[in-house]
Amino acid sequence: MADVAIPRAKPQMSEDSAWTQLKHNRNWLGFWFMVPAMAFLIFFLAYPLGLGIWLSFTDTRIGRVGHFVATENYEWLWDDSIFWLSVFNTLLYTFVASALKFAIGLYLALLLNENMPFKAMLRAMVLIPFIVPTVLSALAFWWIFDSQFSIISWSLKHLGVINQNINFLGDTTWARICVIFANIWRGVPFVAITLLAGLQTVSPSLYEAATLDGATRWQNFRYITYPLLTPIIAVVMTFSVLFTFTDFQLIWAMTRGGPVNATHLMATLSYQRAIIAGQLGEGAAISSAMIPFLLAAIMVSWFGLQRRKWQQGESND
Amino acid sequence: MSSVQIRDVRKSFGNFEVLHGVTIPIEDGQFVVLVGPSGCGKSTLLRMLAGLENITSGTISIGDRVVNNVQPKERDIAMVFQNYALYPHMTVADNMGFSLKLRNASADEINKRVKRAAEILALSPLLDRYPRQLSGGQRQRVAMGRAIVRDPQVFLFDEPLSNLDAKLRVAMRTEIKELHQRLKTTTVYVTHDQIEAMTMADKIVVMHDGIVEQMGTPLELYDKPDNQFVAGFIGSPAMNFLKGHVRVNGVAAFEGPNGVKLPLKTAPTASDGRPAVYGVRPEHFTIADDGAEAEIIVVEPTGSETQVFAKLGGEQVVAVFRERHQFNPGDKVRLKPDPSLVHLFDDATGKRMNA
Repeated sequence: MADVAIPRAKPQMSEDSAWTQLKHNRNWLGFWFMVPAMAFLIFFLAYPLGLGIWLSFTDTRIGRVGHFVATENYEWLWDDSIFWLSVFNTLLYTFVASALKFAIGLYLALLLNENMPFKAMLRAMVLIPFIVPTVLSALAFWWIFDSQFSIISWSLKHLGVINQNINFLGDTTWARICVIFANIWRGVPFVAITLLAGLQTVSPSLYEAATLDGATRWQNFRYITYPLLTPIIAVVMTFSVLFTFTDFQLIWAMTRGGPVNATHLMATLSYQRAIIAGQLGEGAAISSAMIPFLLAAIMVSWFGLQRRKWQQGESND
Repeated sequence: MSSVQIRDVRKSFGNFEVLHGVTIPIEDGQFVVLVGPSGCGKSTLLRMLAGLENITSGTISIGDRVVNNVQPKERDIAMVFQNYALYPHMTVADNMGFSLKLRNASADEINKRVKRAAEILALSPLLDRYPRQLSGGQRQRVAMGRAIVRDPQVFLFDEPLSNLDAKLRVAMRTEIKELHQRLKTTTVYVTHDQIEAMTMADKIVVMHDGIVEQMGTPLELYDKPDNQFVAGFIGSPAMNFLKGHVRVNGVAAFEGPNGVKLPLKTAPTASDGRPAVYGVRPEHFTIADDGAEAEIIVVEPTGSETQVFAKLGGEQVVAVFRERHQFNPGDKVRLKPDPSLVHLFDDATGKRMNA
């Protein structure tokens, strides 16, 4: 056998075609397995991101190739009060909506984790806001908050609480409250279901042990549930913040940034300037200005997600 | 430390009753083992004692106090769980001190008591570790430490050794017994392993299908099982049972399967011809010329003793000998049960017939 094999192997070694290399070199083969994913990421993520950043340094408009203008777009934005208003709106929107989504989501998750009748059905129902397409639910909210046909105004009027319609989307404060409310309504299921999944990984015997140790229900939550849930809270809140910060659909369908730019987020303003007004360079600069904020959010979660000491170490089961 | 009284306790899950009136008196400082096959209700009973399950009817008292409606944390008991239930995000010291922290004990007090418990259990070098960084035996000890620190009236153990490997289990068995001798705290220990029950208990409670089959010291249960279930459950290898009839023709005897004659010291009165089960422990066989003929099937030497599986009257029996007999499969031997150590059970009810 060996005598036969040796002369055969020799020509193969010297040939060293791409195909033989593929067959013998595991790293080379591994590289080719990664190519599809890499191509996907480069074409659909890295390239648009790079192009966006590049555009933000040019004066490109729709239909006209731009020239490099260095930081001129950013200098413009620096003195643009509407831009700063949109930054403020975005931060307010993200902060208030995320905090409330977390509070409501955690509360719902704790509730759904209890034993109760129709548990499976209730859990499924919680997901409904999540599965309805954003634009559809935004349109529904548009009607709910309509200045003339709002069901809320109608109900309150019939109850005698108010005697004229509330101008939900026409008043700056009300408009902000309404879009934040709609965002919370849509985002709560994601937080609730993810936290519920986290809750279910906590062994019930830990609660029994804590109960015997003398813990009240609150102490059970404070000392057992919450610390064991922190890793998943970090993940879910990072996603929640990123989604909320970059929100576009809901605002665009409900208010288009109005009234008087009170609900303009950075994403909607960027779209308005770049696509509607055709100032691609300026729009790209607004989009790029979101990057530092998003990086900051990711950094926070990065450190929050660092495996805690109690999660480390090998298990000896 | 306290006595515990379990009186006519019943437990139903919906319409399904799992405990049918269980009464167990436990004296102050006693080490009581609840043992039985899985599903017999022993763990449920322990959880009722801890307050983790409601009591359907009957009463449980700890000391002089009926605890049926007392919250678990007011019962002053500590429990060691089968999976230890250590808090994964707390160090060993924090795990052990958690109950004291919840009672607002001072940091000094917590520190002192945790240190003392750690010394008792040889956990001192591990106090800063997290449960994940511990071996199975160490986790087991932390779980016990958590119980000790509280200095409770009663310790409850729910199959604490079943997650350990065989060697560690034997070592921990001794450790728990030693601990009890040292602390003398009333202990209720649940296991399905009769060896654990025999080696550790002051009193064993054998449970089966939601009732107490028998209570007593390990040797009482071994020497005089009340019924065939206890006889078969206690002892390893298990007792041999041979069906047949009692014969009293001047001298008492037992007619086993296929007419095999087996010795009886005395027959219960008016029992001639009664169908019965003849029980003999493997270690109570001897080789004697007047024994019953048996054919050897398998020989298993363990060094200290030899287990012999043989066919006696067509039925398979096990015999254990301390002496080193030279047996081969197929050999014919004469096995003789020690008549003063055999057990006789009613064929229909399984109740013990002989004194």
